[in-house]
Amino acid sequence: MSFTLNVNGKSVTADVPADMPLLWVLRDILNLKGTKFGCGIAMCGACTVHLDGRATRSCVTPVSAVGSREITTIEGLSADGSHPLQQVWLELDVPQCGYCQAGQLMTASALLARNPHPTDQEIDAAMSGNLCRCATYLRIHEGVRAAASRMAAASTGGGPGEPDGLAGARAEEER
Amino acid sequence: MSPRGGMDRRQFLKIGAAAGGGLLITSYLGFSFGNRDVEAMPPKLDLDAFIHIAPDGTVTIVAQNPEVGQGIKTTLPMLIADELDVAWNDVRVQQGDLDTEHYYRQIAGGSTATPTQWLPMRRVGAAGRALMKAAAAATWGVPVTELETEAGLVHHRASGRTLSYGTLAAKAATLPAPDPESVPLKKRSEFRIIGTPVRGVDDEAIVTGKPLFGIDQVRPGMLYAVFQKCPVYGGKVKTANLDAVKKEPGVRHAFVVQGDGDVDTLSAGVAVVADTWWLAHSARNKLEVKWDEGPTAAQSSRGFAARAAELYGKPPVNVLRSDGDVDAALDSAAHRVEAEYSYPFLSHVPLEPQNCTAHYHDGKLELWAPTQTPERGRSLAARTLGMKEEDITLHLTRIGGGFGRRLSNDYLVEASWIAREIGVPVKLLWSREDDMHHDFYRPAGFHRLEGGVDAEGKLVAWRNHFVSFGEGRRFAPSAGVASDEFPAGYVRDFTLGTTLLPLGVPTGAMRAPGSNALAFVYQSFIDELAHAAGRDPLHFRLDLLAARSGETRLDADRMTGVLRAVAARSDWGRGSLPSGTGKGIACHFSHRGYFAEVVQARVSKAGKVAVEKVWMVGDIGRQIVNPLNAENNAQGGAIDGISQALGLEITIVDGHALQSNFDAYPLLRHRDRPEVDVHFLVTDNPPTGLGEPTLPPVIPALCNAIFAVTGKRVRSLPISKLDLSWS
Repeated sequence: MSFTLNVNGKSVTADVPADMPLLWVLRDILNLKGTKFGCGIAMCGACTVHLDGRATRSCVTPVSAVGSREITTIEGLSADGSHPLQQVWLELDVPQCGYCQAGQLMTASALLARNPHPTDQEIDAAMSGNLCRCATYLRIHEGVRAAASRMAAASTGGGPGEPDGLAGARAEEER
Repeated sequence: MSPRGGMDRRQFLKIGAAAGGGLLITSYLGFSFGNRDVEAMPPKLDLDAFIHIAPDGTVTIVAQNPEVGQGIKTTLPMLIADELDVAWNDVRVQQGDLDTEHYYRQIAGGSTATPTQWLPMRRVGAAGRALMKAAAAATWGVPVTELETEAGLVHHRASGRTLSYGTLAAKAATLPAPDPESVPLKKRSEFRIIGTPVRGVDDEAIVTGKPLFGIDQVRPGMLYAVFQKCPVYGGKVKTANLDAVKKEPGVRHAFVVQGDGDVDTLSAGVAVVADTWWLAHSARNKLEVKWDEGPTAAQSSRGFAARAAELYGKPPVNVLRSDGDVDAALDSAAHRVEAEYSYPFLSHVPLEPQNCTAHYHDGKLELWAPTQTPERGRSLAARTLGMKEEDITLHLTRIGGGFGRRLSNDYLVEASWIAREIGVPVKLLWSREDDMHHDFYRPAGFHRLEGGVDAEGKLVAWRNHFVSFGEGRRFAPSAGVASDEFPAGYVRDFTLGTTLLPLGVPTGAMRAPGSNALAFVYQSFIDELAHAAGRDPLHFRLDLLAARSGETRLDADRMTGVLRAVAARSDWGRGSLPSGTGKGIACHFSHRGYFAEVVQARVSKAGKVAVEKVWMVGDIGRQIVNPLNAENNAQGGAIDGISQALGLEITIVDGHALQSNFDAYPLLRHRDRPEVDVHFLVTDNPPTGLGEPTLPPVIPALCNAIFAVTGKRVRSLPISKLDLSWS
């Protein structure tokens, strides 16, 4: 079947089986390798993408269920790696093997878009669906906190403000 | 321990002009090793093509070792760059392919890279720096002794002249090579990169989702494969409904691979190859295979435990060590403790499932493989396919976690076989279920211990009957114990015996192999003995370390140092903790590293354990190469240990693994992370590795903390299966 998808702001077409998970459409049809396969049962979070700004496990999301929702992958989190989370991840040297980090960043960015000032407990709750086998959790947690305060400073201090895309994602996040 | 660093006379630098007018420095260095910790290796190995300097001053350094997350793709080039004396900002790092002619020990395993590469990599850089100075000296007509280097520049102070390495590269290519044996290495005070915090060279690619890993490799016209093996290890294919599977959408090939009967190389199974991985995976759901399961189907975790309990009533079959007279010492001991300890099989579960991309054409095989042991992988593929090694090219990819799983190369051999069958590029990718069902597991083990403490509270007798796996005296992979494992050599009357059970389940090294289990048993039992004697567990250990009585590798001074330091940092024995919170201490020597750790844990009245904080002090010698990476790695090691101790177990039932995915294998998650305080003692010893020795002490330290709260002794893992309720 042919599906028209909105991926990172572009309209693309994929001719795939309806039950094919979005993960494999992204990776093997659209050649977006940043989204990772870890478990196939939504237990590790390596495959996390945004659907209309919501963190979603693409390994258990059939392509037929996506519809017209906006798909954002790690490749589309920012145009140039400038999302505050990406910047903080570099400054803190968060990755070890790095395999889970795209999923961590997508979950964290969805959290900060809907809750710019998360408490430690809210960060724990949001991030606990993402496994890091190398156990970089301490730096991940510090990174989410640091990015939140940086984004808050930017939005209140007349700085550069939110990166493009997050404002729209946040609007979609409101429930 | 460290390499002797004795370079032989055959070493020399070979210079050639590289494409683009740059300079390629090729060095051949021979090393001999007198280190019994390092497995046997040829006395001479070559290094090649590490440095390329472009006319614009960009320096490309080749990272030769597999990167599994330990940070070696950053740290080895740091060693070269510092001695070359270039600015790190000007350095680009390129992953080397497998090249046994020019690279040396391309292995990620055993925490061996730092101790074995610390000198060779620095000598490569230093030879490069000497060459740059020689080029400047020739250009200016001045003695080389009047020249200095700094961040990619050569200065002649007397005349105020300066030339960049980029400018000098073409000239350097025409000069004779410096002798690496005589090139001076920097003093520690002269390091500019080594010892500074340097972020991972792939970090930017990682956070922006660039293709880096084995699973990300794409070749033109590539197909995708899955490989269904018998759930029971060593099983064979009787029949399979290949015709039905071939009719599934997108399927191009389906065929039986009989294998060679060796799970290390090529197990029997059915390959399904399709246009996409999802189609291959979906078609597998229609696959029906009749298996000849073989003898391993009779083996189970429960059966092993029952057999161990029977064997405890008999003397051990093998005696590995017998010092003094244990019977007499136990009989005369003031306090005597007996205990049985056990631990389960574990799976490595690196987050990137096993995969390999392969292309066989015209009698040659090209591989893109996330393997920790590429040389061995190529060798196994060559042997299994009946090819010459020189007809196989192996590209190293970044690896999404190893932990020892990718010391084995079964996925690589499978991909190679499938590639030859179909003749087009193919990516074999395992599912998580494949991975957890077909691991080389951390072996389970069973220990019966007896210990005695004298009236002064000192450990005087120790007997261990270790029921493990293997045949006769030969341990199954990673199921062994060294005869000088602590406290051997520190207890006058000491015996270690083993009885080995036959095992059809594949086993292999997992992060801190051996030690990840033995530290739990020995450091927990030492704690039991300390409490039986009414002694503080720290002081009991310090006294033990002061009483060396026999042969051992363990340096008591270094272990004493880390124990005292971790006690100080954790306020051991000082202050009071709230009810329900306790601390435990443990230490362990492995992979040349000395680590002592204190865990603070909370246990609810109902028995639920929460780990609050870990204090870790390590001694891995005089230099931490990259402190930013070292802290991350060490914190990960501690949390990894806590994760496996709290909740992880692979249960063997009828010759196969019961658990198949993360729903049944609960790795520690973000909300349960403890704080981890990492500190390194700098001692005047050669720099050694970090990936493994951080892990072992944290498990007994946690168990000892649980005892401090509950009075209940953790004698089997995982902790989640125990009733730790208290009142």
